[in-house]
Amino acid sequence: MNISLSVNGETRYGDVEPRVLLVHYLRDALGLVGTNVGCDTSSCGACTVLLDGESVKSCTVLAVQADGHEVTTIEGLAPATGDGALHPMQQAFHEQHGLQCGFCTPGMILAAVSLLAEQPHPSEQDVRVGLEGNLCRCTGYHNIVKSVMAAADGVVTP
Amino acid sequence: MIGDRLLRKEDARLVTGEARYVDDLQIPGALWMAMVRSPFAHARIGSIDASAALSMPGVQHVFTGPDLRDAWINPMPCAWQVTEDMKTPEHWPVAIDKANFGGEIVAVVVADSRYAAADAVDAVVVDYDPLTPVVDLEEAASDQVVIHDALGSNRSYTWTLAPDPAALDQAFADAAHVVRERYVHQRLIPAAMEPRGVAVVPSPYGGDITLYSATQIPHILKIMTTATCGVPEHKVRVVAPAVGGGFGSKLDVYAEELVAVALAQRLGVPTRWTETRSEAGVATIHGRGVIQEMEMAADADGRITGVRAKVLSDMGAYLQLVTPGIQLLGAFLFAGVYDVPTYHFECTGVFTNRTPTDAYRGAGRPEATYAVERTVDALARAVGIDPVEIRRRNYVQADQFPYQSAGTLLYDSGNYEPTLDQALELIGYDQLRAEQQRRRDAGETKHLGIGISTYVEMCGLAPSRVLASLNYAAGGWEAATVRILPTGTVQVVSGTTPHGQGHETSWAQIVADRLGIDPDMVEVLHSDTAISPVGMDTYGSRSLPVGGVAVAMATDAVLTKARLIAAHQLECAEDDLELVDGSLQVVGTPTKAMTLQEVAFEAFSAHNLPDGMEPNLHAQVTYDPPNFTFPFGTHVAVVEIDEETGQVDLVDYAAVDDCGNQVNPMIVEGQIHGGIVQGAAQALWEEAVYDADGTLRNPTLVDYCVPSAAELPNFRLGSTVTPSPTNPLGVKGIGEAGTIAATPTVINAVVDGLSHLGVTDITMPATPERVWSTIQAARGTGEVDQ
Amino acid sequence: MIPAGFDYQRASSVDEAIALLTEHGEDAKLLAGGHSLLPLMKLRLAVPAVLIDIGRVDELAYVHAEDGEIRIGALSRHHDLAGSELLRDQVPLLAEVAGQVGDPQVRHRGTIGGSIAHGDPASDLPAVLLALRATLVARGPGGTREILVDDFFSGFLETALGADEVLTEIRVPAMADAGWSFQKFNRRAQDWAIVGVAAVLSNGGGVTQPGVGLVNMAATPVRAAGVEAALGTGASATDAAARADEGTAPPDDLNASPDFRRHLSRVLVRRALEAAGA
Repeated sequence: MNISLSVNGETRYGDVEPRVLLVHYLRDALGLVGTNVGCDTSSCGACTVLLDGESVKSCTVLAVQADGHEVTTIEGLAPATGDGALHPMQQAFHEQHGLQCGFCTPGMILAAVSLLAEQPHPSEQDVRVGLEGNLCRCTGYHNIVKSVMAAADGVVTP
Repeated sequence: MIGDRLLRKEDARLVTGEARYVDDLQIPGALWMAMVRSPFAHARIGSIDASAALSMPGVQHVFTGPDLRDAWINPMPCAWQVTEDMKTPEHWPVAIDKANFGGEIVAVVVADSRYAAADAVDAVVVDYDPLTPVVDLEEAASDQVVIHDALGSNRSYTWTLAPDPAALDQAFADAAHVVRERYVHQRLIPAAMEPRGVAVVPSPYGGDITLYSATQIPHILKIMTTATCGVPEHKVRVVAPAVGGGFGSKLDVYAEELVAVALAQRLGVPTRWTETRSEAGVATIHGRGVIQEMEMAADADGRITGVRAKVLSDMGAYLQLVTPGIQLLGAFLFAGVYDVPTYHFECTGVFTNRTPTDAYRGAGRPEATYAVERTVDALARAVGIDPVEIRRRNYVQADQFPYQSAGTLLYDSGNYEPTLDQALELIGYDQLRAEQQRRRDAGETKHLGIGISTYVEMCGLAPSRVLASLNYAAGGWEAATVRILPTGTVQVVSGTTPHGQGHETSWAQIVADRLGIDPDMVEVLHSDTAISPVGMDTYGSRSLPVGGVAVAMATDAVLTKARLIAAHQLECAEDDLELVDGSLQVVGTPTKAMTLQEVAFEAFSAHNLPDGMEPNLHAQVTYDPPNFTFPFGTHVAVVEIDEETGQVDLVDYAAVDDCGNQVNPMIVEGQIHGGIVQGAAQALWEEAVYDADGTLRNPTLVDYCVPSAAELPNFRLGSTVTPSPTNPLGVKGIGEAGTIAATPTVINAVVDGLSHLGVTDITMPATPERVWSTIQAARGTGEVDQ
Repeated sequence: MIPAGFDYQRASSVDEAIALLTEHGEDAKLLAGGHSLLPLMKLRLAVPAVLIDIGRVDELAYVHAEDGEIRIGALSRHHDLAGSELLRDQVPLLAEVAGQVGDPQVRHRGTIGGSIAHGDPASDLPAVLLALRATLVARGPGGTREILVDDFFSGFLETALGADEVLTEIRVPAMADAGWSFQKFNRRAQDWAIVGVAAVLSNGGGVTQPGVGLVNMAATPVRAAGVEAALGTGASATDAAARADEGTAPPDDLNASPDFRRHLSRVLVRRALEAAGA
């Protein structure tokens, strides 16, 4: 089936089998391998991307469902200024040591971006509950929560 | 520099999606493998009909065990023959006539795409003849059904440490208090967020192969690829690209790796495989799976006089790389931080029809620490004193270090009581005890529990001669190369294999600190045997106390050579040179100086070097540690227990750890945070549950309860610094300490919170139903809420 | 992991969806947000031959007040319901529970209609609809019909919807000043409830009698009829809660035995009733 969607601001056209998951379309067809697959039951959130600005698990969306919509992956999050500048959330994860192995990080960052878009000034508990759909095995979440709080308070320099 | 909270050099790649994990690699022409796995825990394999699968679009081949038997010159490796008479079953990557655990590979599908391979798996028809599964560990030990006929028993080995049996018996005979405890460590699924992945690129004419794997051990895997697949070692390159966590589960040589190598060679094209999470539940090793009988003798005041530990360890169906040795890593630590004069440990390894076990974060030390710290609490109850007091009475004292333990270890350095004092202060112990009592007096149904544990662990694997004494097949050294390049920047080549631990940052700090340069000028290379040919990889909290020390020593060696060159060119004595901000200056004459960059260029041009000196400025050091390192600390957990529902909430947690000098406290804290959660997860959430048929009931993350941020509190961290005297950095490992400490801390808190109801034990994980049932049993009543 | 292959049809209206359902019969499944169906398809526990995507049928995404009740289009997402001002004012129980379904990513995709039509006894929203005595509206080739929620859940993952019918609307009473509570008991925030309780007390208006719905206490979403009866006779919260598990058949799974679920239901119903002000 032919689809067209905006991925990180660029329109992409594809011909996909209907059963192709959005995450596989992004990774295998578009080469956007920053979006990771950590499970097969919509549990871990590693594959989180923004669909029309909202966090979704791209392992539980068919590519054909994203037809006509806007997708933002981790590759499209930083401003395309060419100077290596990071998005404030990426910068916050760096500054607060909110990642170790990094595998959950793209999904975690995009989930956090979506969270702050809906709840710009969360409490720590709001952040913890707001990230309930994203699992991390390295950090114990302590510094992830700090990262999101720092991004929310604008204490990180983008 | 050393001691700074330097932000990580690794992060930019990881927060932008630029890092490449195995599944991210684009490999033209690669065929995808998918594994047909036994649904039975124990079954004879009859005929395999692949015709339907082979007729599906995109499917190229289906291979069975017999098809591939001659692809390997040796079976899957186990590197740890813990006793002379240890029984080792033959273990081929693809089962040949019998499947011995649910999930064992019985056939391999090879197809053009990931989707085509997945589709074909269900179309391979395997005729199984189910056999009686051996699931329960103690039943397995009874040998009613023997899994491996050729071995004649399910008991693989019994390993004993009995330094002085007579003294031990006397201690127990003379004891005023003897406590006897039985603890079960459930099986755990490591659940690194990145499932495993393998890709093999052969070179049919050149003869070499490149194996990409999500592994902690590219160096060991290279040797084992040679040993099993017969590819000459100098033709094998192993690359661990970005690796998404390991926790011991990627410290192994896996069937899928050896299948991928074998098929890449046979087919002459690249092969690849990425594990699904559901598959990982059965195909990647499990952790723990241990039953402990623990006895502790003490005098009337609660001073411990002896410990006796007997352990049954579930090997699973086969011996993976270091399966039989895991409990040996805890064998010496059943007296923990306490000054105990007599000691006995024995462990029996037993086969079951379940996924093999192997190293999982802490590997043996969490088990030992759990046994000690829970038994000490039981002793406190028997003596009638506070858990804080029982510990103070028994700690090895600061002036006893280096301390020769009855468990035959020489603890390098320690000072335990200050970690307890600081942890109690951080958590507000006295106020918590008052609040606990208030709730009890008021008859509230949400109870407060406070748990303590003080741990010591042995890490920094390991002195090679000690490993030899334990019959481990390899040594425990680590290698590092430091090169100051002609233009003055520095390359470090490390034999360690980081997968989240931040070696690129910490090693750069060590080098920059010693050379007086900016850490941005230092790049750390690793995890590719073509770039870093010599190494022993990352596990057992070894990277800093062995690999980091090697980096420091290689830096010093480079600096020594730089001094020789500078002294030669500046025409002064070496001793007259001092290193100031990356420049070698003549003491008292700062104008007479050469920057390290200048020295490096002189070493490169080689126009004017001392007679006989080789050009270039680099050094390789291989460091074999003289001892383990012994980090320690005290953790305190606070739980709230809802008596009506059995729900346990971890509401507060303090951890005071001492890992000697800290190279990067930010990274140290991160290791502790994550460690605490993995330890707490064993206590409260996680368990691989099998049914009576030996089927794993919860392979997915829907049912295997890895906790999320929503279930956890923030952590209060403190530290003390007691340098290790055995290495020049004064450092100790910290990768596993949090996990080692946390499990007993949390369970002690749960038991403490219910102690007034008569509860003395709770099975892990302390699920709501278990907690609720335990309360009912302690009360000797049925329901109490109505 | 990867769904088996299927034919994909996209409906742009309810009528088109009904026509496609009629054409493909039992082989077809409706796809809304996909968060009940796709997980099953990935594990190949569901292998539909045809998927009819109704995700773009915008006419079914709404919340509005009409005739003293609140009408919710079946394709309203959990996220939209949780944030709906109208719902937060008029049916706060439903808004609250919609905000607790799954996790944020699930709520950004999953729809109330999809959740209800899936008929999963472990889902939160069916219990809420039972408590509120909702009416469900289905449209098929023969037109529209209303189904009382008590007649809707017919078996494990089975509902009264015909193979050619589309669930289009959920109607619940305004309950602005009624006492209510939702108690969700689970081990991790993202998990299904081990047991859940949705309770609403009469407000003398749109809610004429107390309603208590249970999550995960039988093969279907079930009403705590004994509790409701006891409340009707003026029983205390504690006494009414003692009847929480009457008529239930709790499942046995890794998280809880049937007996423990019965116990939990009594504790949670009591807490719900107390929190609701009974």
